[in-house]
Amino acid sequence: MNNIQEKSNQVKLGPLTTLLMNDKGGRRLLAVLAALAILVPALNLLMPEGSFFHVSTYTMTLLGKYLCYALLAVAVDLIWGYCGILSLGHGAFFALGGYAMGMYLMRQIGDRGVYSNPDLPDFMVFLNWQELPWYWLGFDNFSFAMVMVLLAPGILAFVFGALAFRSRVTGVYLSIITQALTYALMLAFFRNDMGFGGNNGLTDFKDILGFDLQADTTRAGLFFCSALALMIGYLISRFIVTSKLGRVLIAIRDSENRARFLGYKVEYFKLFVFVVSAMLAGIAGALYVPQVGIINPGEFAPLLSIEMIIWVAVGGRGTLFGAVIGAILVNYAKTYFTGAFAEIWLFLLGGLFVLTTLYLPRGIIGLWKETSEKISKKLADRKLDSKRESLPKGENV
Amino acid sequence: MSSISGMNSKHIDNSPVLYLDGVTVSFDGFKALNNLSMTIEKGEMRAIIGPNGAGKTTMMDVITGKTRPDEGTIQFNSTSKEAGNKNTDYDLTQYDEASVANLGVGRKFQKPSVIESLTIFENLEMSLKGGRTIWQSLFHKLSAEQKLKLDEILGLIDMTDKAHELAGNLSHGQKQWLEIGMLLGQEPELLLIDEPAAGMTDEETMKTAELFKTLAKTHSLMVVEHDMDFIEALNCKVTVLNEGSVLAEGTLQEVKANEDVIEKYLGR
Repeated sequence: MNNIQEKSNQVKLGPLTTLLMNDKGGRRLLAVLAALAILVPALNLLMPEGSFFHVSTYTMTLLGKYLCYALLAVAVDLIWGYCGILSLGHGAFFALGGYAMGMYLMRQIGDRGVYSNPDLPDFMVFLNWQELPWYWLGFDNFSFAMVMVLLAPGILAFVFGALAFRSRVTGVYLSIITQALTYALMLAFFRNDMGFGGNNGLTDFKDILGFDLQADTTRAGLFFCSALALMIGYLISRFIVTSKLGRVLIAIRDSENRARFLGYKVEYFKLFVFVVSAMLAGIAGALYVPQVGIINPGEFAPLLSIEMIIWVAVGGRGTLFGAVIGAILVNYAKTYFTGAFAEIWLFLLGGLFVLTTLYLPRGIIGLWKETSEKISKKLADRKLDSKRESLPKGENV
Repeated sequence: MSSISGMNSKHIDNSPVLYLDGVTVSFDGFKALNNLSMTIEKGEMRAIIGPNGAGKTTMMDVITGKTRPDEGTIQFNSTSKEAGNKNTDYDLTQYDEASVANLGVGRKFQKPSVIESLTIFENLEMSLKGGRTIWQSLFHKLSAEQKLKLDEILGLIDMTDKAHELAGNLSHGQKQWLEIGMLLGQEPELLLIDEPAAGMTDEETMKTAELFKTLAKTHSLMVVEHDMDFIEALNCKVTVLNEGSVLAEGTLQEVKANEDVIEKYLGR
């Protein structure tokens, strides 16, 4: 028995090690995430409040939110960094995943709403609706809701992508229609008669799978799930970009015609990676909603989708882990600056993007690589110099 | 140089590999191709010359599925697996670029277009025949046979020692060769090559001509070129295009002596 188990463990480890073989940044990232996933909840739950080591629930929830953004950034980097599809509407997929989760959480409220109606969410009672719309059916069931977290963004991405890629809409035109897509959805979700709570969105959630959403343990569990989702999302993306399919994506990014004349159906490859990316964004949205406690049409705002591009650009496009670093850094800066200088935050964000584009075309990761290469080169030169100096003078050429 | 293995064995029938009949393409009333008809036999190497705007690139575009002709027939004859390895005629006007490529038509662009941020090896690996679906690409693993094939191509284009360098670091001429190597990886029956000698040194040009002569033993080739020395070195039948149709056809000596050709192309 033991033997078999060991063997299966080896088989499982095999692909993982090959996946991360040339990915130092990714290995470090996964190690840090694994440590965070255990440590942060432990320090929150086990350390007494007031202790130096205690992590407050507020901090943990904030970090959990950053991890969701990081997963979203990985999804954006997968299509933009590797396939050259600049989607300015990825917030739409994030929000759809969030709404699917929000609908489940709404159903969990049951008769504990303000109107104590066991069959209808508060906002429907307020609108005098008599029965639950058909598209809300099934959301009482957690598994169904989780499937919808994947399917809602996935199907939208599939239909939208199939139309856009088949018609060979590329570059800035594609960016504009993705932006239009999320804007249109925002307007639609603002309408009360869409049945998603209008501009208030979905909120006042009580519990998830029977666990109280306000409880520290539930928050800790959600944080752990966010870290885990980011790790798995990273590995899936890494698997895609290191496969031959990943190289086809790069070929499409660099020279779409070459890929076509090599016999690759460019639109299918774009569609595949677009749908995968949309689903990852949906998962990120689904984990985000229970932690922040609300989902409203504001999440569809075009500005948010543009911010995501900034995260990835700042971190370093086409590296995956750069996207994670960029998302966390920019959002940390946002939390800090909106507190310290609320009025000029947007100028700072814009300035950051301009600076990145001008001086850091490969983002923080690119800067890091260049500097470390320079340092190691200098060190090598110094070694060479000292060797030369140690040579007798006559032989120095 | 060894021949590329696994290529077309004996042809069962004698139909031409490529048959164009009455092909017309117009852009906003301008006829880029005007009732163009041409036949390329199996195993033939054909050079295409003609002044700028004669329709050479448009012709390649309609053959490879990039542009749909307004009128005319384009028939491609290749061995079909579905039909039990029998030769089958395909109407190329019905297929898109990727499908035409998979039927066995390889195309090299005028401007070298290799994937610069991938290595030479990765460029070639991606070109290897088969494995064109999403699923196959996602779970692709090189077979021993494919590794041999890659080694063979690397040797043929003289890049064995720099296989793992980035293609973006190659010189212009080397990129041209890499792209030819990628064409070979596709194992096409017909190669369409647009100005291969552009930007090459004299030595590289002659080496390329030699390479094509070797390829011509196992493939059909259509080479568009301006460089007369190169065409002379190829030593094959020449077609002169002008204003979207065939002006003359024959050996280089014959077309050079043709009065129409002198007036409309060479004389200018």
